[in-house]
Amino acid sequence: MTKNLKLKKGFTINLAGKAELKTTEKPSRTYAIKPTDFMGMVRPKPMLKEGDSVKAGTPILYDKKSDSIMFTSPVSGEIAEIVRGEKRALLEVRILADSNIEYETFDKYTLSDLSSLSRESIVEQMTKSGVWPNIIQRPFGVIADPSETPKSIFISTFDTHPLAPDYDYIFKNEDKYFQAGVAVLKKLAKGAVNVNLNGNAEVSQVFSHVKNANINTVSGIHPAGCVGVQIHHIDPIGKGDLVWTVNPFGVIQIGKLFLEGIYDASKTIAVVGSEVKNPQYYKTYIGANVEPLLKNNLNSEHIRVISGNVLTGKKISKNSYLGYYDHQITVIPEGDRPRFFLSDGWLAPTASRLSFHKALGLLSFLNPKKEFKLDSSMNGEERAFVVTGAFEKVVPMDILPTYLIKAIMAGDYDEMEALGIYEVIEEYLALCEFIDVSKHDIQSLVREGIDLIRE
Amino acid sequence: MKFLEDILHKQRPMFEKGGKLEKFYYLFEAGETFLFTPPTVNKNTGVQVRDAIDLKRMMITVVIAMVPCLLFGIWNAGHMHFLAIGQGEASLVDKLLLGLQLVLPVVIVAYAAGGLVEAIFAIARKHPINEGFLVTGMLIPLVMPVTIPLWQVALASIFAVIIAKEVFGGTGMNILNVAMTARAFLYFAYPAEISGDKVWIYMNEGEKLADGFTGATFLGIAASASTDGTNVVQTASTWNGGMYDFMNMFIGAIPGSIGETSTLMCIIGAAILIFTGVGSWKIIASVFGGAYLTAFLFNLIGLNEFMLMPAHYHLVIGGLAFGAVFMATDPVSAAQTERGKWIYGFLIGFFTIIIRITNPAYPEGIMLAVLLMNVFAPLIDFTIVQGNKKRRLQRATV
Repeated sequence: MTKNLKLKKGFTINLAGKAELKTTEKPSRTYAIKPTDFMGMVRPKPMLKEGDSVKAGTPILYDKKSDSIMFTSPVSGEIAEIVRGEKRALLEVRILADSNIEYETFDKYTLSDLSSLSRESIVEQMTKSGVWPNIIQRPFGVIADPSETPKSIFISTFDTHPLAPDYDYIFKNEDKYFQAGVAVLKKLAKGAVNVNLNGNAEVSQVFSHVKNANINTVSGIHPAGCVGVQIHHIDPIGKGDLVWTVNPFGVIQIGKLFLEGIYDASKTIAVVGSEVKNPQYYKTYIGANVEPLLKNNLNSEHIRVISGNVLTGKKISKNSYLGYYDHQITVIPEGDRPRFFLSDGWLAPTASRLSFHKALGLLSFLNPKKEFKLDSSMNGEERAFVVTGAFEKVVPMDILPTYLIKAIMAGDYDEMEALGIYEVIEEYLALCEFIDVSKHDIQSLVREGIDLIRE
Repeated sequence: MKFLEDILHKQRPMFEKGGKLEKFYYLFEAGETFLFTPPTVNKNTGVQVRDAIDLKRMMITVVIAMVPCLLFGIWNAGHMHFLAIGQGEASLVDKLLLGLQLVLPVVIVAYAAGGLVEAIFAIARKHPINEGFLVTGMLIPLVMPVTIPLWQVALASIFAVIIAKEVFGGTGMNILNVAMTARAFLYFAYPAEISGDKVWIYMNEGEKLADGFTGATFLGIAASASTDGTNVVQTASTWNGGMYDFMNMFIGAIPGSIGETSTLMCIIGAAILIFTGVGSWKIIASVFGGAYLTAFLFNLIGLNEFMLMPAHYHLVIGGLAFGAVFMATDPVSAAQTERGKWIYGFLIGFFTIIIRITNPAYPEGIMLAVLLMNVFAPLIDFTIVQGNKKRRLQRATV
């Protein structure tokens, strides 16, 4: 059953520094797997010692709570460092890469073999090779439990976040693997594998010609590309329901695993933002050190490097590592300076700082096509919740964000459940956090609510 | 502005934890953030960029929207005085100067008294001073008669901030609109100074009303006309040389509270609020709609002359417009769901007219209608939210 969704609500954060459609190969010397990238990971344990050598696909850590899922090395080389933080919490496993990558070998199949594979053998190959963490479960947005069977699987084939990479471009020529990945996933779910296409533009055949899947189109501004928003309208999650989601990168990685028998962690990422000299795409591997990507490529010194996009990403240092699930590095100016109220503070008219609102002096709405250069300033102080009606305009779901947030603040389980906590993860309410007049940390609140419910 | 920044920077440690004036941190914070938006940046996780808006800008937008009403009110205070003593031809400057002399102290006292309470609570409760008071402090004077004794303004502001807001836990938690509570408090505690025929126009000692002039509001006239059984519009049109002509009442050169007389200025304010998205157009439109429809229904019933008064007159008399635009739209005390806003606004309009026509003891209905609906707003929202929950539940069982 195909659906064509037209979503009206949302907001576009149009930023300067879009990536040019050009890719340069630029592998890094070191790579890192960070347990903090995996939502719901409880007790990560490293499986190797510093100095041990690895191949691409060699397990390097696992979570004691679900010990069948392996997190494997993206490249071949040796374990350079195991970084621990407070109370010996595992923060990073760093790998020094060889110049030529060697791969662990896994079982190889042809596309037609895949349909006859048993669920057990598929799950086993996926969990031991390192592709399993691509599968994220809704509710809660955590890595899926291999022993469960979801009612359906969703793949959003476009990203509407600010400065997001163009999936049609970065996954060009991967048709074969995407198709194989979908075929494998089909074996894992009770219901359909939904492939959701961007309804705003002409779509690459990689996604639109896929067989054995339920193809939907979704049009609208951000957050139309967020997979959970699509799920909400196509096959909503109620209490007790289980849906899995996979990014196209993961689907292709799974496809390659089964067709080629290797764990291929190479990925094309966008390096973007107003402070990047030459915003473009680079080919590297999962967990890459970002230093080589930024070297001689920055417009200024006082910057913030973000792994991911400006709504849901994480601030990282200039010589740190790309997040496991991220396809972009965004660099914006750091905004840590006071602003005098008449010259550039709360009473000054401004057309250069973007606003969803049109309150006195906020003029960005006059120029909707403008590409903004935004810095990391809070643009105000945290205050009590007073304004209503705005959150609802940027959440294209039948959910009452204000009430849900208040229920989370109050720690009221029944209310959270009744108001739809199962249907949200942080990213769908990220726009609320952006436009919030009272400057609350709404995404971390949502995660708190999810953690409360999961307990 | 570097020198200001430096001064503040030097003082800061004194107010921070362990400093001598630690207790007064939030006073310092209020002053500092007034001058400078702090250099705070977003955390490592969560959004990395933020909207340019902050609460101060939002609130100042509402204050700006009230300025037309304030300016008109200042002029009107002077104008009414000169008209009443038979010198209506006095110059604009004279009228404005007198108006300023009368209105400014009321504004200053409201801000000072309410602000003081806010500050004390901020210190005692250790929470930031909320910019919402910028709005409340301006709303209170605009719903007072020009002759109001200043001590009453102070008392009402203090009462309202404490009872309507702080006892509920401060800004964002209050159930009642703070400014309306201030007015209701005076209305019931000191009715002589806020109702009747004598309070709307300032008179110097010894000055007498010009022949045939009355200080009564149109609502007062309408209420008594209906008991006399005379046609309201016709009766009123003979008063004060055509002052109660529809157009004149729309413009607002009539007796009444300082900021409420001019429907035109309220509409300008509404335009600002709606354009900037700060005020809910749904609430404003539905208050007017509810009032008009109810008045129209009374036209059809037509038991007395007040009921027979043309429905559109209700929209320009009394405080309906001001209440619809500035009081009903207070986001904290209003309904918060979008559908709830329609119902909430409509019922405010409905009750305003009911109170006006059927309750001769209170000629103005908007004040009580807003307070009443403030109390019911959570109930309206509850029903709407319940609907949302039910839809979710139904899906789950399929």
